[in-house]
Amino acid sequence: MITTTPFHERLDQLNETGLWGHWSGYLSATRYCSSAKHEYFAVRNSAGFFDTSPLYKYRIVGRDAERLLAGVMTRDIRQCRPGKAQYTVWCDDRGFVLEDGVVFRHSQDEFLLTAAEPNLGYFSDLAGRLDVSLEDVTDELGMLAVQGPRSRAILAKIAPGVEELGYFEHTDAKIGTTPVTVSRTGYTGDLGFEIRVARDDALPVLDAVIAAGEGHGLRPFGEQALLMARIEAGLALIGVEFSSSRFAYTDHERVTPKELGFGWMLHGIDDETRPFIGRDAIRRELAEKTSRWATVGLLLDWADHDRVYVAAGLVPPKDETPVEDEFMLYDDAGARIGYTTSQMYSPVLQRHIAIARVRPDLAALGTRVDYELTINHEYQTIAAEVTRLPFFNPARKTA
Amino acid sequence: MATKSTSYDAIIVGGGHNGLVNGAYLAKAGLKVLVIERRHVVGGAAITEELRPGFHFTSFSYALSLLRPDIVHELDLVKHGFMPILMPSSFAPMENGDYLLLGQDRDENIREIMRHSPHDADAMDRYEYDVERVCQLVKPLLDKVPPNIFGKSAEDLAETADLVRHLRGVDQKVIHDLVRMLTGSAADFLDDYFESDILKGYIASSGIIGTKVGPMSQGSGLVLLYHSMGEHDGHFGAWSFHKGGNGGFTEVLARAAQSFGAEIMLNAPVSRVVTKEGRAVGVALEDGTELTARTVVSAVDPRRTFTELVEPRELPSDLVENIDRMKFQGTSAKVNFALDGAPRYPALGDRTDQYLGFVNIGPSMEYLERAFDDAKYGWYSQRPYIDCAIQSFVDPDMAPPGKHVMSCFVQYAPYHLKGSDWDTERERFADTVQGTLESFFPGFGDLVLQREVRTPLDIERTVGLTEGNIFAGEFFAPQMYFFRPAPGWSQYRTPIDGYYQCGSGTHPGGCVMGAPGKLASQQILRDLTADKAATG
Repeated sequence: MITTTPFHERLDQLNETGLWGHWSGYLSATRYCSSAKHEYFAVRNSAGFFDTSPLYKYRIVGRDAERLLAGVMTRDIRQCRPGKAQYTVWCDDRGFVLEDGVVFRHSQDEFLLTAAEPNLGYFSDLAGRLDVSLEDVTDELGMLAVQGPRSRAILAKIAPGVEELGYFEHTDAKIGTTPVTVSRTGYTGDLGFEIRVARDDALPVLDAVIAAGEGHGLRPFGEQALLMARIEAGLALIGVEFSSSRFAYTDHERVTPKELGFGWMLHGIDDETRPFIGRDAIRRELAEKTSRWATVGLLLDWADHDRVYVAAGLVPPKDETPVEDEFMLYDDAGARIGYTTSQMYSPVLQRHIAIARVRPDLAALGTRVDYELTINHEYQTIAAEVTRLPFFNPARKTA
Repeated sequence: MATKSTSYDAIIVGGGHNGLVNGAYLAKAGLKVLVIERRHVVGGAAITEELRPGFHFTSFSYALSLLRPDIVHELDLVKHGFMPILMPSSFAPMENGDYLLLGQDRDENIREIMRHSPHDADAMDRYEYDVERVCQLVKPLLDKVPPNIFGKSAEDLAETADLVRHLRGVDQKVIHDLVRMLTGSAADFLDDYFESDILKGYIASSGIIGTKVGPMSQGSGLVLLYHSMGEHDGHFGAWSFHKGGNGGFTEVLARAAQSFGAEIMLNAPVSRVVTKEGRAVGVALEDGTELTARTVVSAVDPRRTFTELVEPRELPSDLVENIDRMKFQGTSAKVNFALDGAPRYPALGDRTDQYLGFVNIGPSMEYLERAFDDAKYGWYSQRPYIDCAIQSFVDPDMAPPGKHVMSCFVQYAPYHLKGSDWDTERERFADTVQGTLESFFPGFGDLVLQREVRTPLDIERTVGLTEGNIFAGEFFAPQMYFFRPAPGWSQYRTPIDGYYQCGSGTHPGGCVMGAPGKLASQQILRDLTADKAATG
């Protein structure tokens, strides 16, 4: 049966639309008001809050906790000091991505992993006889993302000290008398924070955040606004940019970290003290340059876009609603050279953008490709150019 | 402010949005450009001023919609901070305490309209579709230099033929609707679709903005059409609020222009354009400084362009006569408020989300027409039309937390008052506006911390727009397209070689479109290329 998060009682009062999606068995607001774009602008212009409680959360504790994670995670968890967090993927032994998540290191021997899918069995099986305990704490915690340029000022009012947090750092704090953990993390590509709080304390914390946001343009945002922000931020989404190799029928459905644009996670892969699952395959991929794809951003040529639509007698659509589907890419000779995974019209960039996978030799900045879509029930192409991800990367995100 | 040089390829007189757009394009093309602004701030009428600590007022122009999207891309404005924020709702209070509140959800809007008229529930879609078809036809003309239909050169004939080709094959209903809008009244057009007073009042308000017409006057259809052509992210008729107000927007333009190498000189009133043997060779500043340039561009209005910056006797008399009789007759004013809190609308209790977009005080066509009646006879409206925007709800950077700035665009406020003058009437006029707001929002007056009044005379004095006309010349059919600003002179050139015009007094006009600035730059660059070819 569908359940609700610790914040639901208040969010239900705030949701004017009655629209709820199902996320990992929890009700999750699609949007709170008639306009997802308005909620999106709160994130880009003032501040918004989003209930991320449905993420699976695992507490991983013990003398061998680091050893377990270092042996599984593609990024080197040993580099993550207490008080820091890492976004990472984990792979199978062929070097294909299984899933992604964020690891928060609380102390030498204590971690918290958040993930989109259930993973307790997988990690427990790998733990074997290591001195480590894994516990699913999903239901014990509420998690609230507060994102946007005003998020720091708002939280500083109720949790002094959080304004000092660096990007991907976290700290224990108090909101009122309630203990919380605040991290400088999020899924919007903007300045932002996430608050973890015990289930029973969740509502007063949310109320304190709402009160602190008064006059700052703070408003709740739902999944539609989040998905807009995450495409601009170039953030991968499981089930869209990739799916777990464990459940793929063919290698076409699989993707390696390098192919997914996560070459930066592979720093130090040649360090013999760091064997992790898939390392040998990934090293071979890198050495033999066998990556099939490179993940890039695409900027559609606005003039070509409008020209094609106007020529077809149509009003050029500029719809910010994300389209999470494949569109084919071609070179000038008409050869298929890649595909997109997510696309939208970006209000802050005033351009149509797409997260795409192209042949590695075509990944250079500025490379021109043709993006295929259907107009008046016929295939048409629009010129596009390769750009770097993220599309939108304000200095405040990490400053 | 000292300039880096005394000699430029192009000098633009006037640092409003069109002057900046023009300067940016010319600089991007490699010209050495100087934009000269009389005031201490760029933007012309598109400025934001901190008139009270923490309170940012959009003293004049206050929203964006018709800005041409190609300008955003070609000048890389996003890189310089361009950020048009969605205004997600439109709120129209009624005199009986009820209201019309439209948002972004079509189906919710239909339910809301049905509250007022079941008949009109399906009218909105039909109206919007029909107007959109007309806009589709007209919009490409906004982005092109108008043809000189009076010219005999091969180029003129080809351009006129292009226009005819553009119109050929267009659906007869679309052409008919176009002509009805260009020549008729907003009232006649809207009566075909709607019966609800509040809906008609709300839509017809767009037919009077900035113009001395009532919704029942012929000519209001054209103004309605113009305001329907606005787009925010391609969404029909949508308006947005630029981060930091329209001053935030013109600062973005200035940064873009400077990034292409243009210089901007502030606090530098220009006294005249210097000509030599019928050719512009530079400008003289009021302090006596002379700067030379082979191209001088006037971004100020036609009256100033042709009768103040140059000697009218250097110009053909028919042009001077046309400019003399061009209608300015500003009829709009601004009353901006710093508020201690959010106004309260009794029927909505403590809700404030209705303030996220425009608040339209124009509850019926009759209300608007009666407001116009006062203006017809030389007085300001006793129950004025007010287009309010509490911009701090959209952008919290506009006012301190919990406080607000409220921009009120007011009509009618005719430039010429019968039996009095604006310096005498300023505060009484503002009291009338505040009193009207009080009647819709009881307790409004108690919230007022500060009031900024900008009459048409203030607009003229501060920004330089003749008679305070916000479009730099009325949006009347005989002053549009190939007649703007005068027959034969709609292609941004002037009778003086090297002297060009790029302000809102040229096609396609005001509304912060930026198109005049861009189109003029294209014309200038074309002429420079032709000159070069001719001189080998």
